[in-house]
Amino acid sequence: MESTISIKVEFSGGLELLFDNKRSHELALPAVVPLNNDTKKDVVVAEGQGKPADVAYLIAYLRDHLLQERAELFEEGGTVRPGILVLVNDTDWELEGEGEYALRDGDEIVFISTLHGG
Amino acid sequence: MDTESLQAHDNVHPLRQEEESKGDREKDSETYPLPLEDYKRYGRQMILDGFGLQGQVNLSHASIAVVGAGGLGCPVLQYLAAAGVGKLGIFDADTVDISNLQRQILHSEVTLGMPKALSAKEALLRINSRLNIEAVTEAITAPNALSLLRAYSLILDCTDNVPTRYLLSDVAVTLGVPLVSGAAQRLDGQLCVYNMVQGEGVRGPCYRCIFPTPPNPTTVGSCEELGVLGGVTGVIGSLQAVEAVKILTGMDQRPTMTIYNALSFPPFRSIRLRPRREACIACGKDATERRARERAEGLEVTLPAVDYVQFCGGPTPDWEREGQVSGQEGERMRAGDLKQLLDNGEQVNIIDVRNPTEFSIVHLPSSRNVPLKTLLASPSSYLSAHPTVVTCRLGNDSKIGADALRKALVEERVTDGLAGEEPKAAERTLEGKGRPAEGSGADVEGIGQAGAPLGERGPVMDLVGGLRAWSFQVDSTFPQY
Repeated sequence: MESTISIKVEFSGGLELLFDNKRSHELALPAVVPLNNDTKKDVVVAEGQGKPADVAYLIAYLRDHLLQERAELFEEGGTVRPGILVLVNDTDWELEGEGEYALRDGDEIVFISTLHGG
Repeated sequence: MDTESLQAHDNVHPLRQEEESKGDREKDSETYPLPLEDYKRYGRQMILDGFGLQGQVNLSHASIAVVGAGGLGCPVLQYLAAAGVGKLGIFDADTVDISNLQRQILHSEVTLGMPKALSAKEALLRINSRLNIEAVTEAITAPNALSLLRAYSLILDCTDNVPTRYLLSDVAVTLGVPLVSGAAQRLDGQLCVYNMVQGEGVRGPCYRCIFPTPPNPTTVGSCEELGVLGGVTGVIGSLQAVEAVKILTGMDQRPTMTIYNALSFPPFRSIRLRPRREACIACGKDATERRARERAEGLEVTLPAVDYVQFCGGPTPDWEREGQVSGQEGERMRAGDLKQLLDNGEQVNIIDVRNPTEFSIVHLPSSRNVPLKTLLASPSSYLSAHPTVVTCRLGNDSKIGADALRKALVEERVTDGLAGEEPKAAERTLEGKGRPAEGSGADVEGIGQAGAPLGERGPVMDLVGGLRAWSFQVDSTFPQY
């Protein structure tokens, strides 16, 4: 198994403002991550103590490494805050197992903040 | 309503005069399902495969409620009126403001101050004098929603706030009609069809299925705060009109979500949505059974027992008013007092915490731009020996900025070991030095001295009501936006 996976992350609906005003990000994530989603770079995952990098880990990773505003504008209790919809390759993440969806090389994950203006 | 609109426009519409001179409409309607002139009028859409004559007949019998006659509602109404929808309901409790005209294309300089529902109705009747339009200027709320919307076979959500979006979704589910929902902000737009029939007894998800929990109100911005490009509301509104026509003519009935960004490539993205949620309080099992029971017992069907405004975190703050509430004594400065300081030649460290784009639209001549985020990252860098006055558009962000600066002042005192030797900087307000009485000359000597020793700091205040108050109270030529 490769030690890292490459994914594309996109922010929409104003969420990009929380991430350096950049809509599109290419990320390399460890293929295997700690069960507790610890995103520190030097963390060692002991044999049998890891899981494949999943969307829950990605959310923690984005919060810890890319988010430039207060955490509660993006994350809440280990998932995205209410009002954010997550897409896995253009499919509502609920159809893909939400946070437990195991990321695959080349996946595109989109975070959309719902709009309310009219 | 129909006859009223006919009468109002009898004299101005050549098409109708021509039609009447031909006379004998009875015969037309016996032979053909549509009035004679409609064949020519709607021919361009009737020749489309999947639309056809039946599509036009369906549209002419359809009734659509358009809630919100703003940036989305205007293009929606314009296209649906032009397409020959039988009955249109326009629901909007707001009046036309000059700041609406940039995107709300049915309103005009002539209808400024008029209720939007009536302004839109006037514009639509100029397009199509035979329309049957119900213009409602009453706000849609939980108590009146079902009775106002019951007559419609499709609801279009063109509103601008979260509680109404949940309410309309619940109304659509309760009445068993689809909901075509649009939203736009900045350069982004979203379109979704909720509660869509997908086959025998099967319906797509409702708004609550996708967003069971409303967002925290502090994460929700308005077009006034965040801005919006007119064409973007036009894109989404036009798409809503297309979806409505697709549904009413039976051309397509899939639940869809589409997102749009003017700067993305590609600009559109279509999304596969989750199914209806069994536990949904609006369209789930329990709610469906409750409504079936109500119907069986001959009762009025009811909405879920929800206080929509509280559910969504309380009423939207009136930021203009919030910006004007006085803070603690000596923490806020009135526009007139700042003017007096400046007129007396005092050096004032004016910090404007808006973003650079807004700052470049207009700012006080001697102010400098430190966006709130930058200021909060290292407030101590922006302290001054002179009095500091923090400002922004309405006087809300400036309070946050001023609080951070005052906190930095106190921390600086503690770090320098000066705490206790002098009155705390944060308490050393203009009042302490003899704040000028209203209308008198300012007496602030000793506050703004240049070259003050390290640790000598001027008081920190912020401008009550922001630059808008400056424009109202001091300089009426200072632009508001």
